[in-house]
Amino acid sequence: MTKVSMTVNGRSMSGDIEGRTLLVDFLRQGLGLTGTHVGCDTSQCGACVVHVDGKAVKSCTVFAADVAGAEVTTIEGMGNPDGSLGVIQQAFQDHHGLQCGFCTPGMVMSAAALLAENPKPTEAEIRHYLEGNICRCTGYHNIVKAIMAASGQDVSAVAAE
Amino acid sequence: MPKDHGIGASSKRREDVRFLSGRGRYTDDMNLARQAYAVFLRAQVAHAKINKIDTTDAAAMPGVIRVFTAQDFSGVGGLPCGWQVTDRHGNAMLEPKHPILAEGKIRYVGEALAMIVAETEAQARDAAEAIVMDVEDLPAVVDMKAAAAGGTLVHDDIGSNLCYDWGFVEDNKAAVDEAFARADHVTTLELVNNRLAPNPMEPRVAIGDYDFSTDQHTLYTTSQNPHVIRLLMGAFVLGIPEHKLRVVAPDVGGGFGSKIFHYAEEAAVTFAAKELRRPVKWTSTRSEAFITDAHGRDHVTKIELALDKDGHFQAIRTETFANMGAYLSTFAPSVPTWLHGTLMAGNYKTPLIYVNVKAVFTNTVPVDAYRGAGRPEATFQLERVIDKAAREMGMDPVELRRKNFVQPDEFPYQTPVAVVYDTGNYQATMDKLLDIADVAGFEARRAESAEAGKLRGLGLNCYIEACGIAPSNLVGQLGARAGLYESATVRVNATGGIVVMTGSHSHGQGHETTFAQVIADMIGIAENQVEIVHGDTANTPMGMGTYGSRSLAVGGSAMVRAANKVINKAKKIAAHLLEASEADIELKDGAFSVAGTDKSVDWGSVCLAAYVPHNYPLEDLEPGLEETAFYDPSNFTYPAGAYACEVEVDPETGKVTICAFAAADDFGNVVNPMIVEGQVHGGLAQGIGQALLEGVSYDENGQLLSGSYMDYAMPRADDVPSYVVDHSCQTPCTHNPLGVKGCGEAGAIGSPPAVVNAVIDALHRGGITHVTHIDMPLTPGRVWSAIQG
Ligand code: FES
Ligand code: FES
Repeated sequence: MTKVSMTVNGRSMSGDIEGRTLLVDFLRQGLGLTGTHVGCDTSQCGACVVHVDGKAVKSCTVFAADVAGAEVTTIEGMGNPDGSLGVIQQAFQDHHGLQCGFCTPGMVMSAAALLAENPKPTEAEIRHYLEGNICRCTGYHNIVKAIMAASGQDVSAVAAE
Repeated sequence: MPKDHGIGASSKRREDVRFLSGRGRYTDDMNLARQAYAVFLRAQVAHAKINKIDTTDAAAMPGVIRVFTAQDFSGVGGLPCGWQVTDRHGNAMLEPKHPILAEGKIRYVGEALAMIVAETEAQARDAAEAIVMDVEDLPAVVDMKAAAAGGTLVHDDIGSNLCYDWGFVEDNKAAVDEAFARADHVTTLELVNNRLAPNPMEPRVAIGDYDFSTDQHTLYTTSQNPHVIRLLMGAFVLGIPEHKLRVVAPDVGGGFGSKIFHYAEEAAVTFAAKELRRPVKWTSTRSEAFITDAHGRDHVTKIELALDKDGHFQAIRTETFANMGAYLSTFAPSVPTWLHGTLMAGNYKTPLIYVNVKAVFTNTVPVDAYRGAGRPEATFQLERVIDKAAREMGMDPVELRRKNFVQPDEFPYQTPVAVVYDTGNYQATMDKLLDIADVAGFEARRAESAEAGKLRGLGLNCYIEACGIAPSNLVGQLGARAGLYESATVRVNATGGIVVMTGSHSHGQGHETTFAQVIADMIGIAENQVEIVHGDTANTPMGMGTYGSRSLAVGGSAMVRAANKVINKAKKIAAHLLEASEADIELKDGAFSVAGTDKSVDWGSVCLAAYVPHNYPLEDLEPGLEETAFYDPSNFTYPAGAYACEVEVDPETGKVTICAFAAADDFGNVVNPMIVEGQVHGGLAQGIGQALLEGVSYDENGQLLSGSYMDYAMPRADDVPSYVVDHSCQTPCTHNPLGVKGCGEAGAIGSPPAVVNAVIDALHRGGITHVTHIDMPLTPGRVWSAIQG
């Protein structure tokens, strides 16, 4: 067991971990931040995406020890300071970008990383960026729409119903 | 003006706030005090005799609490099958024992052989590797036709791999054969409905708990139907009466059918929790999900369509091999039979139909219902053979369909395959489709694609499904070992707020929002005055859960019935308070008034009177305002529609790109259009996934070749287009109070034939006329090979 410390959602956190503890397990079990999900064991689904020093990272593929000292943001840290939903989260609700909610934290974190890099993405750019995030429920239509809306763009470009 | 609340409004989903802020409560998010962890040792070969399982070393590993093998479960039952099919000769299907842990023989890769319980999951995993297996490999049977022909038996004790040989309608067989002999034209198509892995994004989890002081068992599980699990596991497997067993399915991350079934791990952890007097938790990995969650589809079919010279359908004859896998999963026998054969009339007037299904055991994962369950298989073969017939006869595929539609004035319509369609208007959905898909503009788009060297094609088809399963007496006659009603309790609180406890279960469908919309509308109060509770047998009435697009049609009907009982009682209270006759009381906008007067009393005051009955007709009426209702439907519901897919095929590579997809559905009345559209979108992606990408594949030794997301292609955002969907054609269901039909499966049922029809159309328009069919998934390799001939 070794001690690891990092900043998670703006607060410094630490815990005792084994060398093989993955970041996702540290977040979920160590810190009780269960919003980050595990949907696969081959680093393919993106349910576990968090931000490490501002970059989207699949937390199932990094050891907690390797991000010691880093700034980590999880879905729990994406709301407004008053506890209301942040812009991207709100767009997902407004445009029905989620159903079962299991892929959702990873989708929101990926969307935030995309918009940080590319504030006005096209539909094709959004679809391409989401390559690493699988959603089995929504058929992606409303996720794409939500991200468009969160970027302040007109969503009627995404085929109307 | 679209409505802003109540029935018909696209109310935003209240459940989203917790999911979007990371505060969902999925089973794996739960951890109980003193919890131990279970890991299952799983079979690595598909078929073998087990000589010995030596757990001595494993049991001595650090942290190991106990290792369980089949012997430990000798006192409990096997996993029950919930549906008994009777074959064409009147005999019951063959029903092998389905043990919790393999007994004597391994029958598929992934079968659980031993359960290791340890202080940590890592310790349990390490110990699993220390178990020494002494097994003798046997040849595996994977191919269905080979399995049906005999040879190696999956189950030696039942003497055959043929679970049943079902004929429907058996009495029609001779007449169908005669119609074929007389027909002007017969179109024949042999096809495969590819085997799929359902893949809800949340893997299965089960936590068993036991309180010895009260002898209470609790199972937390990722289930679509906690009451069904309680009944099956309690009564048939572990022998625990319902009042000593609580099953909780909290937030569940998708199901698509795969979380209907009672799985071995649920029983194993519940059993172990009592043995060890500790909570025991098991979390599936995705790799484990691929080899343990029931698969879907997997039919091999020959369909023949007989037509007269004008294109009128005369008869349909099919022969299907349906894979059951190694054991009968909970509802497996019903899928290729009653959920498939009864839909073979489609949207058409075909007077004579005969469906033959041979269900076969193989050394593969059990196969059961997956989104659509039987109905996609029926729709795919029917809509593909119609397209082929149109091409052979030189007819327009849309006109051929229109000509054979059950016409709008012919409802209720008795099909030759038992079911009676209550309402529908197939011409209307087809008209709507041609409009929203801009079929008129197709030729211009095709020309544009051609300039870029691409072959563009348009595929259209219809579908019908039977949802809202089901009249209990009917399914009882058909072999169901359960009733299929639904239940709800409507509890009004003293200050007027309402809690509805439903037997339905939401795992993405948004019941917490839509059910509240219905109640708010009925009473005329705000939606936020209504709370929906589901998923816990301790606080919901016995209900059969959510699958088969049944929640609103059956569960919603139970809730409306309970709410009406509440309203009737509230009217009596209002009549007393207003000193008027009950018959004159009207409820509108949350107030009771006396017809023709300005006297009224609001909802909250009536509720308060019910619980503080000072001025109350106590001699005639009990205090309180809470009612429970059960609803057993009198028929299925029949959503139907027409779908269009436009593809581009790259003739150089065989790659298919979906350019556009349009869906015109008739779901009857719609409570929340936003949610309904979302359901269609999700179904379409799964159907497109089946058509182009997904396929479970085994080698001849029964090894799963598609066991992870590296080799099982899930649809991703750039594999699918934006969809154009419409549900404005509405012929309300005539036999449920909301007039709703169900929308959860339509997209997955209607889309695969549209995609394949479109690809074949593209090839034919491009002059590649030798290709009449390509089996799904239409990967570039398959399409390219077909083009090469
Ligand atoms: S859990 Fe699937 S990518 Fe991390
Ligand atoms: S909302 Fe269920 S997996 Fe995306």
